[in-house]
Amino acid sequence: MALRQIAFYGKGGIGKSTTSQNTLAAMAEMGKKIMIVGCDPKADSTRLILHAKAQATIMELAAEVGSVEDLELDDVLKTGFLDIRCVEAGGPEPGVGCAGRGVITAINFLEEEGAYEEDLDFVSYDVLGDVVCGGFAMPIREGKAQEIYIVTSGEMMAMYAANNISKGILKYANSGGVRLAGLICNERQTDREDELISALASKINTQMIHFVPRNNIVQHAELRRMTCVEYDPNCSQSNEYRTLANKIINNKMFNIPTPVSMQELEDLLMEFGIIKEEDESIVGQKKVS
Amino acid sequence: MSEKIKDHVSLFNGCEYQDMFAEKAKYENSETDAKVQETLEWTKTQEYRDLNFKRQDLVVNPLKACQPSGGLFAAIGFEGTMPFVHGSQGCASYFRSHFMRHFREPFPTSCDAMTEDAAVFGGHNALYLGLQNTYELYSPKMITLVTSCMSEVIGDDLNSFVKNAKEQGFIPAELPVTFAHTPSFVGSHIVGYDNTMLAILQQMGVKKETKNDKINVIMGFDTYLANYEEIKRIFKLFGAEINLLSDPSETLNSPTDGEYKMYRGGTPLDDLRDAPNSKGTLLLQKWSLIKTAEFIEKDWGHPVKVVNPYGVEGTDDLVMAIAELTGKPVPAELEYERGQLVDAIADSYYWIHGKTFGINGDPDLAYGLCRVVMEMGGEPIHVLVSNGSKDWEAETKENLSKYEFAKGAQIWAGKDMWHFRSLLFTEPVDMIIGNSYAKYLERDTGIALCRIGFPLQDRHHLHRYPTIGYKGGLQMMTWIVNRMLDDIDKKTMYTTSYDILR
Repeated sequence: MALRQIAFYGKGGIGKSTTSQNTLAAMAEMGKKIMIVGCDPKADSTRLILHAKAQATIMELAAEVGSVEDLELDDVLKTGFLDIRCVEAGGPEPGVGCAGRGVITAINFLEEEGAYEEDLDFVSYDVLGDVVCGGFAMPIREGKAQEIYIVTSGEMMAMYAANNISKGILKYANSGGVRLAGLICNERQTDREDELISALASKINTQMIHFVPRNNIVQHAELRRMTCVEYDPNCSQSNEYRTLANKIINNKMFNIPTPVSMQELEDLLMEFGIIKEEDESIVGQKKVS
Repeated sequence: MSEKIKDHVSLFNGCEYQDMFAEKAKYENSETDAKVQETLEWTKTQEYRDLNFKRQDLVVNPLKACQPSGGLFAAIGFEGTMPFVHGSQGCASYFRSHFMRHFREPFPTSCDAMTEDAAVFGGHNALYLGLQNTYELYSPKMITLVTSCMSEVIGDDLNSFVKNAKEQGFIPAELPVTFAHTPSFVGSHIVGYDNTMLAILQQMGVKKETKNDKINVIMGFDTYLANYEEIKRIFKLFGAEINLLSDPSETLNSPTDGEYKMYRGGTPLDDLRDAPNSKGTLLLQKWSLIKTAEFIEKDWGHPVKVVNPYGVEGTDDLVMAIAELTGKPVPAELEYERGQLVDAIADSYYWIHGKTFGINGDPDLAYGLCRVVMEMGGEPIHVLVSNGSKDWEAETKENLSKYEFAKGAQIWAGKDMWHFRSLLFTEPVDMIIGNSYAKYLERDTGIALCRIGFPLQDRHHLHRYPTIGYKGGLQMMTWIVNRMLDDIDKKTMYTTSYDILR
């Protein structure tokens, strides 16, 4: 089977890393050979697979030895649960430097060192919150991730971010092969959440590939720095991730997204009662005493 | 007129300048001459050398330029090609002046002059307009993009930008626009050359089912223009057809005939497109073509040979490689030239035998120079290459271990000219071989400098002579032995050793 490169995007705190690691663990159970490339300066995209707080990142080690050219692949590539290969790009402390450049440097390094030449079925990129600069779009450039999964929920900001990310994908979709492969709804228990995300999905020309219900067992597993697929393979939540894993493996729906305008998004939210119609007449009016 | 123009040599001796220098020293609270001298003396000691080599966070005069400059040099050797810097205007100016000072020729390069807004919103708009202007003003047959730091930091994706520029009608869809990412903050000009050459070959090559009889040759970052003529001449002697990929020898050596032409000569684009279908590829440098070599081997499916074509042994390798790739016998003329070089070596050998050398330059040239020097009986002591990788260091050590005359050779990869200065004071040699920047070391140490390499900005026309092949070997030997004899003349000027016959 040819190597498939996929990426998980989504608003910060939405549960990208948790969802991706659990799903990838389930895919590994099915015999797939997987490499995870963490593209978040926080470097927490692989901790559940490695049972480690934060592994040595490419940028951290590069800073230590002086230059990325002096690094060896073995220094940064670690193997975790079910032989999933893990690497973290890493990046600067908040408030300094350029995290986007870190992503570019790290991916170039992996390519040059032949990390992708291994006998792999999937490479998965876990990218931070939003496509804020060119660096965070690196994973979706031509020849990189071709399938993008956006993790979202029924909350307004999560949907706003999903729409924004699909704008980023659209920028690259016309010139390259990157496609939106689906929305993953990570339940936040908002009203009619699954319907809402399905509606959003069809508006931006994709599918809600799976609805992942909320379950505390995920937190129990996280405390142990494990995926719940590993912590409690028999629980219902693990089966949810297996279902999602299967859907990704068999996914055929790769579309060019059609992001909507802010107005359309608000209309949709209103339709589902997430926000109320604004009363234009009170805008900018002082309280009458 | 001319007697009114002050000569540069004496210009600064006049009181107006001397007074100014004295005032400046006073204003800056300069140390006394004695203190400066004392400190300078200290920098010549082993103690200072040890400190100098512990230096971690400072680089002083590294012998390298940044990636895009190498990229431009690769690009300019193709027919009607306008090299183009996607980035800041100052970067483009620097590359151009750097080359102009060496070749003393115009070095056309376009640039989209990214500014603050481009850094914030992405460089695509600047690039679209830059491409449009370049196409409309200069009518190139191909544009080759390289990037500077700024566009690399913000993560501009050239692949999508170029496609969009064509889709949105800024430039015609059929105009070849090749592009390479060349971040200046990693690697050096030889890495940029490699990235750009790879990009051009990858993006322009059109594979056919059958192979033709041509042999591709890529010179690498070779600034000796006569070498391009030399390799063509050698192929002609073989009666073999060469496809020289990137040939800047015409555009960087144009005649003054009253008409400026922006493009001259270069590898025809049709030959470039046809390159994958040659029956083999010959690379005359290794370390400036690492990724290119890998790509050709994998993708073009024909044999690739890499040689280091300097001196007798190096040229033997070159000639045998051509013979193997073409299946043709070695022409008698080349055997004759070889004999001439060996004869010339015998003429000069006794002046060089036992002499020690400090060599610096790009990785391939530095290794080649070691062998040339050893063929003349000299001994390389310091081989310092700022842009040499760990792999280069290991391989060069291994290669040199075979030679008796290289027993004392120390390989210094990744070190700079200030390191070199310490080495030359604590373990002096008889001659330095390097580029123009080594002249300050010649002044400080009193060790004669023979100028071979890039850039050579303080001497004229040296790039017009060959350094590869038997003829190039003869040329380098001429430079080396005559520089040595100049030095001996200078040192023996008022002694009985000041002879007419050397």
